[in-house]
Amino acid sequence: MADVLAFVERRIGRIGGSAFEVVATASRVARAMGGSAHALVLGGAGASAGAAELAHFGAVTIAVGEHDALSEYSPEGYASVIVELVRQGGYGAVLLSATALGRDLAPRLAALLDVPLATDATGIEVVEGRVRIERPIYSGKAFAQLDLDATPALVSIRPNAFPAMESAAAGAVSTFTPQVDPSAWRVRVLERKGAAEGAVDVSEATVIVSGGRGMKDPSNWHLLEALRDALGTGVALGASRAVVDAGWRSHAEQVGQTGKTVAPKLYVAVGISGAIQHLAGMRTAKTIVAINRDADAPIFAVADYGIVGDLFEILPRLSAEIAALKAGS
Amino acid sequence: MRTIVCLKRVPDTETRIRVDASGVRIDTAGVKYVVSPYDEYAIELALRAKEGAGLGEVDLVTFGDASAQEALRKGLAMGADSALLLVGEPDMDGLATAKTLASELKESDAPLILFGAKAADDDQQQVGPMFAVLTGRACVTGVSTFTLEGDKAICHREVEGGTEVVEVGLPAVLTITKGPHDPRIASLKGIMAAKKKPLVEKAAQLHPSRMRVHALREPAARPAGRIVGQGPDAVPELVRLLREEAKAI
Repeated sequence: MADVLAFVERRIGRIGGSAFEVVATASRVARAMGGSAHALVLGGAGASAGAAELAHFGAVTIAVGEHDALSEYSPEGYASVIVELVRQGGYGAVLLSATALGRDLAPRLAALLDVPLATDATGIEVVEGRVRIERPIYSGKAFAQLDLDATPALVSIRPNAFPAMESAAAGAVSTFTPQVDPSAWRVRVLERKGAAEGAVDVSEATVIVSGGRGMKDPSNWHLLEALRDALGTGVALGASRAVVDAGWRSHAEQVGQTGKTVAPKLYVAVGISGAIQHLAGMRTAKTIVAINRDADAPIFAVADYGIVGDLFEILPRLSAEIAALKAGS
Repeated sequence: MRTIVCLKRVPDTETRIRVDASGVRIDTAGVKYVVSPYDEYAIELALRAKEGAGLGEVDLVTFGDASAQEALRKGLAMGADSALLLVGEPDMDGLATAKTLASELKESDAPLILFGAKAADDDQQQVGPMFAVLTGRACVTGVSTFTLEGDKAICHREVEGGTEVVEVGLPAVLTITKGPHDPRIASLKGIMAAKKKPLVEKAAQLHPSRMRVHALREPAARPAGRIVGQGPDAVPELVRLLREEAKAI
């Protein structure tokens, strides 16, 4: 019998998205371990805002550490506070989200706690009291089931891969003041250029509109932006390796084995032929749409729906139809 | 100044991956291997740091079997000065790998130790920051480019659509991602010179793995898709299918 800790990230000053997935998954794992799920939030003053909502996803307790020095992510600060709580808590498993923050934080926790780390899990179950996870390897060209032979089992879960299932729990929020010593931190953020308001990273987006060499020129990206805007919120732009290598788009948008592996609900591939390393990165999308001039392009082999033709004619029509549909619904 | 780059030999990213009969390993027959792409970016930034300073050296380290020599020679051909192969068989437990590297490099006086931000095979993104904790070094992950200023490195990071400028005190570990500086292509002269550069092999200090592969599987094939139609006239039908069948919009 063991409890499970879910570390919950605040983003742009709020709790949401992948945070609910982590708590819901922790709650499921805790039930399998015969224990209960606990949530931990860190931030500056007022970090507890919205934390009570985590109770809907199964958190029995919600601890909020508030300290001005933790209002922005500090790898050393966050790791020290979490490790201390994990040591005190005697958890069977510790879960967090494989976001940019989680990817930076989790290995530090693993080394400090001296436990192995499974990153980017797309499946998790408890087998005879031990945690077994499934995760993509070779960017999704294969999947590995791994048994973690240490306590706590430390796992980061892939955003969008687990449902944020609701299951009501007590969810009493308590705040505490973590003991931290910022003067000892050696990593300091000098400048943050945030993404545009409302911008979503490709690894967490629920819908991705991705462009490839078929777009012909970076100045044509407004066509993809129009489709993104028509599709609503939670939509990110993606890019193939070819257009990133050509300098048309930033590497942050690259989907594939040398970019990001994504699992959105909808992936729209425009002017992307579908090189094997790109397919590896997006084939776990729930629904794939491909628009390409070449009917023999490999992308059509993985696409649920395809349109063959000139993307410069198809895209404006698609954006307009979806915008009209959204306006009417 | 001395910069160490830790690299890994991985299957080429264009390789098709198949699970072998054991069910717990991939079939390596016919697989072509390369230096993991992000590690090449790390080598490039290390070489630039050396060239910028006008002195110093770039030393490569890898943990793997004898065939990893080939990856080290590639790095030497790009311009690195020496290479060390810790002979052993790394597995999925990144902490065990980090401990092996730390056993060897804990006492190193190199102000900078670079890793690729992720290996193109396991993609666990963990050995660099684990190694940093184990060796008491500060660590910045996902660095696309950096400059050295005295006893600090100023690093540019890509995070979730935005960018960050982060200062870190040396000695430090940086994990490197794709940035503005493409890895150089080894020249013929570089390849010839690499044959004469020191490449030392020694037995790795191994640490027990606590992550066991239960099974590997290939991804389920996606059900055959369909071509909805040709050109813009197919759009209304596509939108209807996305709405009613896939419930995706």
